[in-house]
Amino acid sequence: MTAPASTAPSAPPPPPSTVKVTIEGVQVDVKPGISILEAAKQAGVLIPHYCYHPGLPVAGVCRMCLVDVEKFPKLTPACATSVADGQVVHVHNDKAKAARTGVLEFLLINHPLDCPICDQAGECELQDYTFQEGRADSRYREPKRFNPMEDFGGDVLYVPNRCILCTRCVRFMSDVAKDPVLNVSERGDRAFIGKAEGHDLTNVWAGNVVDLCPVGALLSKDFLNKARAWELDRSASVCTGCSQGCNVVLETRDNVVVRVKPRTNTAVNQYYACEVGRQSYRAFNRPDRLQSPLVRTGGNGLATTTWEQAIEVAANTLAQAKRVVVIASPAMSNEALFLLTRVMGPTGVGRVQVPTGPEAALPGVSDLALRADRAPNGQGAELLGFTRTDALVASIAPGDVVLVADPDAVAGHAAALEAAAAIVVIGSHLPDALAARCAAALPIATTAEEEGTFTNLRGRVQRFLQAKAPPGDVRPSWSVIGDVAEAMGRGAAPMLPADVFAALAASHERFAGLTYARLGLRGLPVLESAGVTG
Amino acid sequence: MGYPHPRHPRETPVLSEHFGDPEARTLDGWKKRGGYQALEKALSMDPVDVQNVVKDSGLRGRGGAGFPAGIKWSFMKPDGKPHYLCCNGDESEPGTFKDREIMRWTPHALVEGVATGMHAIYAETGYIYIRGEFTEPLQAVTQAVAEAYAAGILGANAMGTGKRLDIHVHKGAGAYICGEETALMNSIEGKRGNPRIKPPFPAVAGLFGKPTTINNVETLTASAHVVKRGADWYKAFGRPDNPKSTGTKLFSVCGNVARPGNYEVTLGFPFKEFLWDLCGGAPPGRSIKAVIPGGSSVPMLTADECDGVFMDYEGMAAAGTLLGSGGVIVFDDTADMPRQIARLARFYAHESCAQCSQCREGTAWTTRILDRIVRGEGTYEDLDTLLEIGEQMSGKTICVLSDSCATPVASGLKKFRAEFEAKISKKQHVAFVPAQLVTAGGA
Repeated sequence: MTAPASTAPSAPPPPPSTVKVTIEGVQVDVKPGISILEAAKQAGVLIPHYCYHPGLPVAGVCRMCLVDVEKFPKLTPACATSVADGQVVHVHNDKAKAARTGVLEFLLINHPLDCPICDQAGECELQDYTFQEGRADSRYREPKRFNPMEDFGGDVLYVPNRCILCTRCVRFMSDVAKDPVLNVSERGDRAFIGKAEGHDLTNVWAGNVVDLCPVGALLSKDFLNKARAWELDRSASVCTGCSQGCNVVLETRDNVVVRVKPRTNTAVNQYYACEVGRQSYRAFNRPDRLQSPLVRTGGNGLATTTWEQAIEVAANTLAQAKRVVVIASPAMSNEALFLLTRVMGPTGVGRVQVPTGPEAALPGVSDLALRADRAPNGQGAELLGFTRTDALVASIAPGDVVLVADPDAVAGHAAALEAAAAIVVIGSHLPDALAARCAAALPIATTAEEEGTFTNLRGRVQRFLQAKAPPGDVRPSWSVIGDVAEAMGRGAAPMLPADVFAALAASHERFAGLTYARLGLRGLPVLESAGVTG
Repeated sequence: MGYPHPRHPRETPVLSEHFGDPEARTLDGWKKRGGYQALEKALSMDPVDVQNVVKDSGLRGRGGAGFPAGIKWSFMKPDGKPHYLCCNGDESEPGTFKDREIMRWTPHALVEGVATGMHAIYAETGYIYIRGEFTEPLQAVTQAVAEAYAAGILGANAMGTGKRLDIHVHKGAGAYICGEETALMNSIEGKRGNPRIKPPFPAVAGLFGKPTTINNVETLTASAHVVKRGADWYKAFGRPDNPKSTGTKLFSVCGNVARPGNYEVTLGFPFKEFLWDLCGGAPPGRSIKAVIPGGSSVPMLTADECDGVFMDYEGMAAAGTLLGSGGVIVFDDTADMPRQIARLARFYAHESCAQCSQCREGTAWTTRILDRIVRGEGTYEDLDTLLEIGEQMSGKTICVLSDSCATPVASGLKKFRAEFEAKISKKQHVAFVPAQLVTAGGA
């Protein structure tokens, strides 16, 4: 039975779920309560700003985002003004533009204009907006204020003359890192970012102030004068520093990884990366790389050979084993680990050891920390059937063939492998202790040199892309291991990492339904079950 | 003449009645002079009635903005949250020193006013924020609060009514910006005295994030008089043809004037008579050139422009300036206006909190240009630049410090441009080129 509308009890109208605003002539429906600046993003309009950052409390101090809202008497800061239904906002009219040009002129009067020697040049918002909307000349004839550079400790260098006092760094340290080491000292144009006496920016998350700084005032000492921003090639990747799986960008110059920057992913790391992650690029530049496949010759030494021969030797060695013991690396992709299980066969065992260190949370962000597990894919290894253990080389029996895919972890325990019938190494480098015994050594790419996926500690599967070319004859891990498996008669060699992942998803329930296309560059959680929350 | 001189017959002493009377500073002396009757009456009234009396009286904020005090109080509703009253005794506007005298001579009048205001806005806690340099007022108010506590006027059972009224005296550290209401709240909270972005307004989220009302010393002191003697008594003061400005107001007069001091007159008093009759005009043998009527942030008037101006919110607005805080600064014909204006600009450049780009950089830039002009190194383009910078500094920042710097510069430049041009035309340096290079190329 349907009651007539007129007799239905009158419920109060629900609060509107969206409001309509018009920004630069584009009408958008947005959530009530958000700022004009955020609403403008949805309308495809970038409102220039400096002090606003979505991860920080609003300060409203740079006055760059002043916009002209119809019926408002004055220009209003878009970052600190909430949307209202029917609002009409002008970002690029003469009034708003003149105000921005004014702010840019003010910001530049004491700025040294030393872009040619500034690391930020090319990725500097002061440079960009001045180029877009600034005055061609300055009317400032007075001497510029000068403050000396200051080493803030950690990896951070402060160049006060370039500082526009947006206070993003101060707010990050006090409100996100909860380590209020930075402040605004002095007043007027004498003001500068001060550091609490006796404290340095040694917080493991402090390096984010360099990224947050919209100008060249806070610089990474590690990256200082290493490269110009426009010389860098950038690739989406996932940090290999710990099991958090922070989304990062690997930046390379001349095929060398020179910098790791966080990549925004609100589901994992927001806008941030820790110092361990930032420094993880050094591992990609190790000079002691294994560059060609090696096999043991009759003269008992290792000799360079072709891939075909090396894979044949490896496959034959493994095929003769009573039991294959695979010592996998928690830094390997899901794809490589999955193919290792093919090599392992039904009778083999797979082990993985995850290095650990102290955990360091970023208090202002939920579920973000430098994790105790200092490897990106321990979770993936376990999901794919590897046993996590610190006794990697225990109970090796005669007749076992050991496939070492984590040479560093095994190098110190090579003596325990004496009992093994043979050793095959698949790795990016070959420690001497293993070189002395292995039957074959197959060089593989690092995370920076290949494509693949990691599964983070919350079970989120995330793709990383190739950032640089591998050295020498090195091939991607999935390709090498796939060939070995094929040579052993255990499945056709894959042509693409996406194919490997498809096979993985087809054979592992927890990964069901995931594809590279669906994962995109933000990742997706594996299916939920006990132990892992999706 | 106004305090510290003998009172002029045309003054209307309400707030200043007991200035110079040491006995009025003590609790007993204050009670003998009718003290705390207003508070007793207020506490017996419903807070809404107290708000309404003040609303009816037309009392407006004496700190400078002139917002109706009763309406401000009526924003505070009994919502179960703790409320706070802040009394702004920071009084740092150059040329203003009226609150200092209220606090020095009649500290109990202020305590009474603050307690009245607290009752009106459902607050149990009030803060009196006193400028850091005001050592004597601080001492006087601190003592008055202690006496009021000892006498049971303040405390858990204020005047035996069972209401709690706590007043804390907070000493500022001497920053001009802490007179801005939200910066003052940050300062009380122990933070850097930076103005907050509004909204939220203090009545929603002020001190410690709770609903807060902030009033000037003079406003709160006057409110006690209003409660005691009624709205009609207060409304009677003022120009009959301008009901929007009522009551009396203290004016601090300083500069090149024969009798500087604090004068209390009814709002709507003729400005010219005030300057020449009450204050005695310029010192003997000189003449008045310019007057800043409401503290250093307001546009200045030339002597001629003071004619026919009434000293109330509307009268000053009609003359193109503001009543402001009532700090009257007089310049006589010997005053070097570019130098005076440069000095004012330097004050604002020094006091800018450094948050907003326009203010942080603009006040300093303005000062440097003005200093250069005063040194005789200015150019005509500088004058245009000054006005354009001033335009960029106005109406675009969190608080009005930036506007306050631009306003006297713009009005000074408009009204005394010839003095600036005279400095420029006589300048020594045409360009920053060493003299020998200039002559070397010549004949």
